[in-house]
Amino acid sequence: MTGNGKPKLAMYWASSCGGCEISVLNIHENILTVDEVFEIVFFPCIADFKIKDLESYPDGYIDLCLFNGAIRNSENEEMAHLLRKKSKVLVAFGSCAYEGCIPALSNLTTKEATFNKVYIDNPTIDNPDGIFPQLVSKVDEGDLFLPNFYHTVKSLDQVIDVDYYIPGCPPEPHQIWAVLQVVVGALTEGLPLPPAGAILGAGTTALCEECSREKHEKTIKRFYRPYEIQPDPDQCLLEQGIICLGIATRAGCGALCPSVGIGCRGCYGPPDGVEDQGAKMLSAIASVLDVGDESMEEDKLEELIQEAVDTIADPVGTFYRFSMAHSILKRVKNGKGAV
Amino acid sequence: MERITIDPITRLEGHGKIEIFLNEEGDVKNAYLQIPELRGFEQFSIGRPAEEMPRITNRICGVCPEAHHMAATKALDALFDIDPAPVVKKLRELFYSAFYVTDHTVHFYALGGPDFVLGPDSNPAERNILGVIHKVGVDIGIQVIECRKRNHEVIKMLGGRGVHPVAGLPGGWSKSLTKEERDTILDFSQKNIDFALFSLKIFDDIVLANQAYVDLIVSDAFTHKTYYMGTVDDKNQINFYDGLIRVVGPEGKELVKYPSKDYAQHIAERVEPWSYLKFPYLKDVGWNGFVDGVDSGVYCATPLSRLNAADGMATPKAQEHYERFYETLGSQKTAGLYAPVHHRLATHWARLVELLYAAERMQELANDPEILDPNVRPIVTNTPTEGVGSVEAPRGTLTHHYKTDENGILTDVNLIVGTTNNNAPIAMSIKKAAEGLIKGGVVSEGLLNTIEMAFRNYDPCMSCATHSLPGQMPLEVQIKDAEGNLIGTQSQYID
Amino acid sequence: MNDQFEPVIVGFLCNWCSYRAADLAGTARIKYAPNLRPIRVMCSGRVDPQFVLQALRSGADGVLIAGCHPGECHYVNGNIKALRRFMLLKKTMEQWGIEDERVQLLWASASEGTVLAAAVTRMTEEVRALGPLRWGEKVLIDNRAAAYAVIQEAQHDR
Repeated sequence: MTGNGKPKLAMYWASSCGGCEISVLNIHENILTVDEVFEIVFFPCIADFKIKDLESYPDGYIDLCLFNGAIRNSENEEMAHLLRKKSKVLVAFGSCAYEGCIPALSNLTTKEATFNKVYIDNPTIDNPDGIFPQLVSKVDEGDLFLPNFYHTVKSLDQVIDVDYYIPGCPPEPHQIWAVLQVVVGALTEGLPLPPAGAILGAGTTALCEECSREKHEKTIKRFYRPYEIQPDPDQCLLEQGIICLGIATRAGCGALCPSVGIGCRGCYGPPDGVEDQGAKMLSAIASVLDVGDESMEEDKLEELIQEAVDTIADPVGTFYRFSMAHSILKRVKNGKGAV
Repeated sequence: MERITIDPITRLEGHGKIEIFLNEEGDVKNAYLQIPELRGFEQFSIGRPAEEMPRITNRICGVCPEAHHMAATKALDALFDIDPAPVVKKLRELFYSAFYVTDHTVHFYALGGPDFVLGPDSNPAERNILGVIHKVGVDIGIQVIECRKRNHEVIKMLGGRGVHPVAGLPGGWSKSLTKEERDTILDFSQKNIDFALFSLKIFDDIVLANQAYVDLIVSDAFTHKTYYMGTVDDKNQINFYDGLIRVVGPEGKELVKYPSKDYAQHIAERVEPWSYLKFPYLKDVGWNGFVDGVDSGVYCATPLSRLNAADGMATPKAQEHYERFYETLGSQKTAGLYAPVHHRLATHWARLVELLYAAERMQELANDPEILDPNVRPIVTNTPTEGVGSVEAPRGTLTHHYKTDENGILTDVNLIVGTTNNNAPIAMSIKKAAEGLIKGGVVSEGLLNTIEMAFRNYDPCMSCATHSLPGQMPLEVQIKDAEGNLIGTQSQYID
Repeated sequence: MNDQFEPVIVGFLCNWCSYRAADLAGTARIKYAPNLRPIRVMCSGRVDPQFVLQALRSGADGVLIAGCHPGECHYVNGNIKALRRFMLLKKTMEQWGIEDERVQLLWASASEGTVLAAAVTRMTEEVRALGPLRWGEKVLIDNRAAAYAVIQEAQHDR
């Protein structure tokens, strides 16, 4: 592969879904500018560079590496270390790399339960010998190898140093393009890069700022499941009793989900100043739940509040939908530790 | 035993590697496709509210989240025992058709097309979307970008977001269509039809007009006679959104036709210790190994299999091209029905026929006056129990199965995902291609590309790019003796 | 030396009522379990759920939130907000797999030194019976090196 002086770009996926790659392509004609400016040197989604090629590059060869996907298994981690070595600037791209995202919901269960469900206990399985995938399996011709499925899903910064974060599941194309323009400016015109550790391609405050629904004082008496009511199209969803994590979520996407009548689930992560998005959402929901007052008896208070709290289905899975790997507690007990 | 490793497989969704073992003569003894990843959606979805599944299962695949969103939403319909209003079904199918257009377009131009437009033995430097552009005209790249752009706009309009849509609800959809949006979609659907016909013409001019390519398509190395699965409507015509699941045998005889709720009676999955991905097969036939034939439960679920499993297409232009497809490939017509085509590379052509159908269907639905009905979000009061929903994902029949408690919190989940259906046939295709090309331990450049072609026609769940393949596919093949000593290397474009 | 497990209980006590109750228990020389580590906040409504989780993550075996009786809050209804947060937090504790007794809420006015003392002693025994939580050590222990070694051993012959 002959070099040609252009800055080198890599995009890699660990435990992910490919949505980040599609979102990059959704910058549409701007992709032609990316092609003009950068030389792609590792991007398994669309190009055939193999791991051997990556290993052969000098350290720091890659100018910009967009790393998406969570750290689920040993292969994901190995690739994280390898790409860190070979990259000048490495970005945790998208919610999985940033804070765990959907794959990290697996931290609410265990590896054993997962393997049991997938390979033993389901309606279509035909596995009378109880075979599980093995790290090493012997076939007639030799040995075959698979990576080790860790007990806990980690975010990228829990295994390597990360230079920047771009939140979102996936990051919105207009935000991706904005960030790429900043990088291109730095590479071609010497413009300054943001401070290390910065969260790029997003706002700093809560999503409510971007949401066009009308907001009034929140005096919520109870919550509804999305199919239990027909929400008013103009009024704040949370005020109508539909769980919306916008109040504890970083702005940046344009409040797309509320604009079609569906409550936000927090895929852009917490706003500035919040460590644990789920706990903050819990606190915020409790603040706006207008049930019980200081004139009531203690027993009556508890009863009323319990009733209201019971209208929230699956608080942990909802409030931590995308941020489990960055949460304070990180996982449920499993008797096996975090890896 | 000599061993060849290709790691990672590139240009697909997810991770994979191929291990090829040679015998003493240097011929292929066996080849293994290993999928090294697992995330465990079936387990961690337990405990979640069922109505969250359209948004959770989206993240199984960011290329076809629309498919998971739709299968999940239909599973919710079944779970809550609701038959959605006609406008809801039409709106969903309209959304789904736009998705099919963008998805099939990208696969043909960026992944499958280059091998045909330029040829499998052509200069690898040219064998990518850029080479396609040089050969057929510079406007092509822009047209592909425009096609993706307009259809993703429709997806966002109807589903809320360009990737990982959110509008699916039990028995409903969270937003209705305005007149302005409908008019835009109508305009886009005509552009889509024109683009689909144009793409089929490209296939004609560049592939079918070239005898060498036709020979390749019909060659034995790329032919497998297995069962074929697809979803059909009440006229046995393809429908991507809804219908009965139909399986036909290698000779074209219908094996079974069932509603999605009966899927577990017909599909079983095997486990191999060397892959995290399971291997589905047909229970009605039984597992007989990774082999072809009427006695083997191996089946595939791709555009080719959908065309084979159906009796025709539900829209006029697509039906014309359907007939042309079978006639050109020499399929015998019996009692008005064509025998299946077994040539796997013809899947690329079948994909374009489906592209045309999706575009025409989009126009039909957008023209339907009922599509503007604003009553799309019903209030649901039934107690949920259990439900199965399925759709045709571009890469195969996709089934979601949910069980909940009376509060709608999931207690059990089972998923049979599109590409999973094809795990066994893909493995077989790779092995057959390798067998045909590696003789006496000599690894040729043709091998490197042909293995990729054997994989690629199944459209393994990652379609991509309007451009941006370097053309030079850097690939290194190492040949090791039984002690693991390196005895030879074949590489291209690696410095 | 007593080998018995001594629970670490972190307490968030409000300035106007429960912290004064703890003061009173001290000046009145009421004997009670020494396991509480008190932290004064202005109001129980100040207690962010993140504090509770951070305490559990950092080594606490239990957390006590204590405030004024409903109707007596210096800020009128700060304690009502605390109650709502607490009840929602309890629901999540169930999902995390953390036992009910480890996170408790208590109302204690400034004159109720004995109430506070009794509650701390009772909670200490309840948590003692459950055993140490040690979230960081037991649940989040980083045994990646072991997981890696398995893989490297397996691939050693390649």
